[in-house]
Amino acid sequence: MSVKQAMLALLEQEPMYGYQLRTEFESRTGATWPLNVGQVYTTLTRLERDGLIEPAGEDDEGHERWQLTAAGSDEVATWFTTPVARTQPPRDELAIKLALAVTVPGVDVGTVIQQQRGASMTALQDYTRLKRQAGRGTDRREELAWGLVLDSLVFAAEAEIRWLDHCEARLRRAVVERPAAAPSDARNADASNEQAAR
Amino acid sequence: MSAVLRLVDVHRTHGEGEAAVHALRGVSFAVHSGELVAVMGPSGSGKSTLLTIAGGLDQPTSGRVEVEGSDLVTLSQAQRARMRRTSIGYVFQGFNLIPALTAVENVALPRELDGVRSRTARAEARAALEEVGIVDLADRFPDDMSGGQQQRVAIARAVVGERRLILADEPTGALDSETGEEILRLIRARCDAGAAGVLVTHEARHAAWADRVVFLRDGVVIDESGSAPVDRLLDEPAASR
Ligand SMILES: Nc1ncnc2c1ncn2[C@@H]1O[C@H](COP(=O)(O)OP(=O)(O)O)[C@@H](O)[C@H]1O
Ligand SMILES: [Mg+2]
Repeated sequence: MSVKQAMLALLEQEPMYGYQLRTEFESRTGATWPLNVGQVYTTLTRLERDGLIEPAGEDDEGHERWQLTAAGSDEVATWFTTPVARTQPPRDELAIKLALAVTVPGVDVGTVIQQQRGASMTALQDYTRLKRQAGRGTDRREELAWGLVLDSLVFAAEAEIRWLDHCEARLRRAVVERPAAAPSDARNADASNEQAAR
Repeated sequence: MSAVLRLVDVHRTHGEGEAAVHALRGVSFAVHSGELVAVMGPSGSGKSTLLTIAGGLDQPTSGRVEVEGSDLVTLSQAQRARMRRTSIGYVFQGFNLIPALTAVENVALPRELDGVRSRTARAEARAALEEVGIVDLADRFPDDMSGGQQQRVAIARAVVGERRLILADEPTGALDSETGEEILRLIRARCDAGAAGVLVTHEARHAAWADRVVFLRDGVVIDESGSAPVDRLLDEPAASR
């Protein structure tokens, strides 16, 4: 996640001071990606060095505020009009774990999938609880933003669960189709299903 | 705390001998007042069978099915029918509204069948439609409503007259994601108000509105997840796990 881009985008709204940037960021994204104040100040220093922001004087309470330079405004516009790069998929520990589980002998793949699905389902329930508390999020722009961030987490967790279901179905089919030449890991998956059945 | 719905070692076999299909093989679980339980699983795993049995629309081959303490299996057919009309609300995937009746008439029907005076039944139906947010469509026919609106009518029909057990089979089936979520909010609200609910779905996003999720495979509960402590998941001692 780019703290730099987020800070710039917030300053497009109006000049703000450091702590305020953090508060505004979190009112839109909840505590999903907590920012520490130190991170905010370091980023502001770098943005000033790069000529993207400049001091905008103090507010009534003496907070030092910042505003975008012309170059900063251009940077924000470019960010919003450029899709997030998808060329390099982020390393996905779960996909790697399963890829290894089906090939490393002696791993009970069925149990790996079941346990992960349970954990992902619990996370999904937690996000949904937050959604229930957040209500429908149409009163304020920031609430709507936070609701959309929650939806993003919900859809991602759902996709993971669907993929786990898919993996399980494919593994079971592989076991059925190759009963004679069943590799040890496939037999394990089968055994765990049987065990669960009892 | 006593359960609104309790299934104990329920089996359901369709057909006999070689051709027998074991749709359910020893399923036990309980749903309490205020609780929403989701049932997930691939198609053919027995979800609909489980729900029709819980709703008294189908009979188990063996096992007990208790709704508010009475065993549906040992009730007479007439008693079971009465139970279905008064205690159990059923939401079908295909809405199952009667096209020749208006929204309010569809919702009032189960109450009228139960001998409630027509006027009272209408008033209750209006209240239920109010609750699902479409009382302004009370006099429309199903064909003149969107899928989401029809499903709201179906939910109003399932909750009218304070029913304690709400059973919903893929209630969000053909709906877009936002309308689907509205339906889940409604079912959730009923459970928060004290009903017990069972929601069959293959969408994890919808199952996540439940307090607990039961995973079915080939007629067997293979996994449960939820926020309730484990010993409450199956509150029969030494159940089938
Ligand atoms: N009336 C019936 N006669 C024979 N088999 C049936 C009948 N109803 C369901 N089945 C079988 O029982 C199994 C479970 O079906 P169902 O409960 O509809 O699953 P799900 O709702 O999870 O898709 C399936 O194998 C299905 O073919
Ligand atoms: Mg079904």
